[in-house]
Amino acid sequence: MKLTLQVWRQASAKAKGGFEKYALEGLDENMSVPEMLDFLNEKLIKEGKDPVAFESDCREGICGQCGIAINGHVQSPEKRATTCQTHLRSFRDGDEIHLEPFRAAAFPIKKDLCIDRTALDRIISKGGFIGVNTGQAPEANSILIGHETAEAAFDAAACIGCGACVAVCKNASAALFTGAKISHLSMLPQGKLESKTRVQQMVAQMDEEGFGSCTFTGACEKVCPQGISVAHIVTMNREFWKS
Amino acid sequence: MIATKIPNGPIQEKWTQYKATSKLINPANRRKYKVIVVGTGLAGSSCAASLSELGFQVDVFTFHESPRRAHSVAAQGGINAAKDYKNDGDSIWRMFYDTVKGGDFRSREANVYRMAECSLALIDQAVAQGVPFAREYSGYLSNRSFGGVQVSRTFYARGQTGQQLLQGAYQALIRQSAVGNVSLHTRYEMMDLVVVENKAKGIVARNLDTGEISIQEADAVVLATGGYGKIYYLSTLAMNCNASAIWRAHKRGAHFAAPSWTQFHPTSLPQMGDYQSKLTLMSESLRNDGRIWVPKKEHDPRAPKDIPEEERDYYLERKYPSYGNLAPRDISSRAAKEQIDSNHGVGPMKNAVYLDFKDAIARDGKAAIEKRYGNLFDMYKKITGMNAYEQPMLISPAAHFSMGGLWVDYELMSNVQGLFVLGEANFADHGANRLGANSLLQACVDGYFISTHTIMNYLAGETPNVKIDQAIVSNLKKETENRLAKLLAIKGNKTAEEFHKELGILLYTKCGLIREKPILLEAKSQILALQKSFYKDLLVPEGQQINFELEKAARVEDYLELALLIVEDALQREESCGAHFRKEYQTTEGEAKRNDEEYQYVSVWESIEKNVFKLHKEQLEFEYIKVSERSYK
Ligand SMILES: Cc1cc2nc3c(=O)[nH]c(=O)nc-3n(C[C@H](O)[C@H](O)[C@H](O)COP(=O)(O)OP(=O)(O)OC[C@H]3O[C@@H](n4cnc5c(N)ncnc54)[C@H](O)[C@@H]3O)c2cc1C
Ligand code: FES
Repeated sequence: MKLTLQVWRQASAKAKGGFEKYALEGLDENMSVPEMLDFLNEKLIKEGKDPVAFESDCREGICGQCGIAINGHVQSPEKRATTCQTHLRSFRDGDEIHLEPFRAAAFPIKKDLCIDRTALDRIISKGGFIGVNTGQAPEANSILIGHETAEAAFDAAACIGCGACVAVCKNASAALFTGAKISHLSMLPQGKLESKTRVQQMVAQMDEEGFGSCTFTGACEKVCPQGISVAHIVTMNREFWKS
Repeated sequence: MIATKIPNGPIQEKWTQYKATSKLINPANRRKYKVIVVGTGLAGSSCAASLSELGFQVDVFTFHESPRRAHSVAAQGGINAAKDYKNDGDSIWRMFYDTVKGGDFRSREANVYRMAECSLALIDQAVAQGVPFAREYSGYLSNRSFGGVQVSRTFYARGQTGQQLLQGAYQALIRQSAVGNVSLHTRYEMMDLVVVENKAKGIVARNLDTGEISIQEADAVVLATGGYGKIYYLSTLAMNCNASAIWRAHKRGAHFAAPSWTQFHPTSLPQMGDYQSKLTLMSESLRNDGRIWVPKKEHDPRAPKDIPEEERDYYLERKYPSYGNLAPRDISSRAAKEQIDSNHGVGPMKNAVYLDFKDAIARDGKAAIEKRYGNLFDMYKKITGMNAYEQPMLISPAAHFSMGGLWVDYELMSNVQGLFVLGEANFADHGANRLGANSLLQACVDGYFISTHTIMNYLAGETPNVKIDQAIVSNLKKETENRLAKLLAIKGNKTAEEFHKELGILLYTKCGLIREKPILLEAKSQILALQKSFYKDLLVPEGQQINFELEKAARVEDYLELALLIVEDALQREESCGAHFRKEYQTTEGEAKRNDEEYQYVSVWESIEKNVFKLHKEQLEFEYIKVSERSYK
């Protein structure tokens, strides 16, 4: 299989970036996108050129590391998939493919396709947890949680922290990411007590980090690899007004 | 003599006794002590958060961009605990027994008992953190059963149990970084251990974004750096999993136990081409309904649907009538490898066996199977492009879990004082074969409940904040700088990735599921040759700042040394046990044959100099469990 890649190259955070073209032959349609980049890099290294800096780890869609935009599709042209779950059989022989990093003011580019998403950790640090210390927990079955509630909490907690929701949003809002965590925890009896401060602080941190505000376009839900629903943004807003 | 520091007294009371008599530090004095924790998986995050809650200063290091990306995130199936919520006769004792037996009587009784004992509180802790475990309609926690046991003690959160547990631990850690005493260093790799007078006093760390190398000092060091199954290149582990932290600690004196005991998971997806970088695990639960078979005829070119029933060999059902397709991992994996090696393998590379749902679909209907495994079938389709409702899945054994690791005593401390090793990075609880859903548990209890007490006990005898001699600091820094400069300067023609792939194939074929003396000897000389070539032919692109190739090269350098010890260990152990199967030592029926008289010990290795190892033995005493032949017929 043959593909022409247009890859975003940027030497460092401050450097000016641009697309560079690479023609690849001998690809296999079962390769994943990171495997294609491995293939490209082996070639570049042998030619004495700087390989494309990109990050991936689990390569099975769960660690949230690998996301880039492929032909403008955040994460993947496939539905509910991460970049590492995208295989070359999604493209046609001879296609030209653009690969570029997620773009958002709060996710500065570090090099080529690598970005800094630590802003998301800082949002969590403002209350995206239940304040229980080791040793304080009551017996597990003393907290009853209905099947539906547990499943709904799981749906929200399934977030892999990849930032696709931010990258696709025209306002670069982190509302889905933050809403999912707030919703996950406030839905559970053991997380209710801290609801008020949680939502206030996390929303404030979101603003502080330079994420935009949500205008409810719903684009985030469509690209979320875990299919997390925008209903969690509604929950967040409700919790916020309540608080 | 190896001192395990196992407390006296009956096994049921050892841990209580330990906690009651261990040394404490007054809350006001705790902040004077600093502990370094390397790794933010379940073991590292939970340990760091818990120590900070107690009041200690904790410096956390991970090469990941965020602590939440540690490989614990990928665990699917579940976590064991002896809650006996099912009233099916489970107990701490039974879990202890199952684990020791599952490990083929090559683990330490006292440690295993403690893990089972702490499992109860762990579930409580996770629930309190908001981990959304599966629930019954009544609101109570739900359980399922996992391989190698007869009770239902596995707690789960759909197919993402590891992710959910890690979120709990990650959130506890992040909370401490905001309100407690944790300082987080992401994108830092530990390059070396700082040992002063046989005490761990810090690490050499490299900032992966700037390339800067620094010495980080502390009063104790915790390594929770995960497993090294990725040494086989193709494995179920994440791309960046590595052995470097524990290997560098080993080179500084920490003993390495049972390096060759690696678990191969029976239901991974097979390799499909040379370009492939990792193998994806399919949950073991599929074996509840799928039937495993290969064509009876060698090199059979027919599509599975064209092979009539009588020409199929359901080899697990044939060989293990009572456990059938649910035989334990080591046995199932080995049986698959035997079929593949004897020309019965299937799939494009003839490296797989079939896992067939045809009969289950005929029996229960497609809807029922979809309800049970829909997400797994979808995942299979996503990766392979194939539809498992219509044709059998292709599965194959893949390197998955390291039972081996740095040797630790009952306090999870290595022979280097003040160096604690937790989670998959240590050798402790799983013996020669790990039971499914026990390792998430081990990582968690090591971090939340055990290390907190044992680290405090150690620190209580130490003067806090003793500065390391500047001469030592600058030497250590230079050593790492020189090491990396040397790798960059080779300027050969082969990438680190190519060396890693070559090493992986070598180990998989010669020191993998089935081992044999002449082949192991061959492997040894080939690894030595590969090592030589590495220092002659390696090609790393320039650049000290973000340079993933340089990171890789340093890890592969360590893998090449560890590989030699793995082979040495496999050679030295002239018996078969658990995942370690020596062809020369099998029963007449082809099963693993232990030699308890001569090998009822853990092999504990010391590196004398590069590539030269010395064996120490930790004799295993079984006071509570009768050692027996492990049969699943
Ligand atoms: C696909 C898969 C599925 C699994 N499913 C299950 C299951 O269902 N049930 C079960 O019980 N077990 C399962 N396991 C095993 C289990 O997930 C692991 O054993 C466990 O999560 C290990 O946790 P850990 O904290 O020890 O290490 P990890 O989670 O691997 O964390 C290691 C950490 O160390 C850091 N690190 C490593 N080296 C360095 C260095 N040199 N410098 C800085 N940081 C470093 C990494 O960044 C990472 O943060 C599974 C494993 C795999 C691969
Ligand atoms: S590499 Fe982990 S989600 Fe893609």
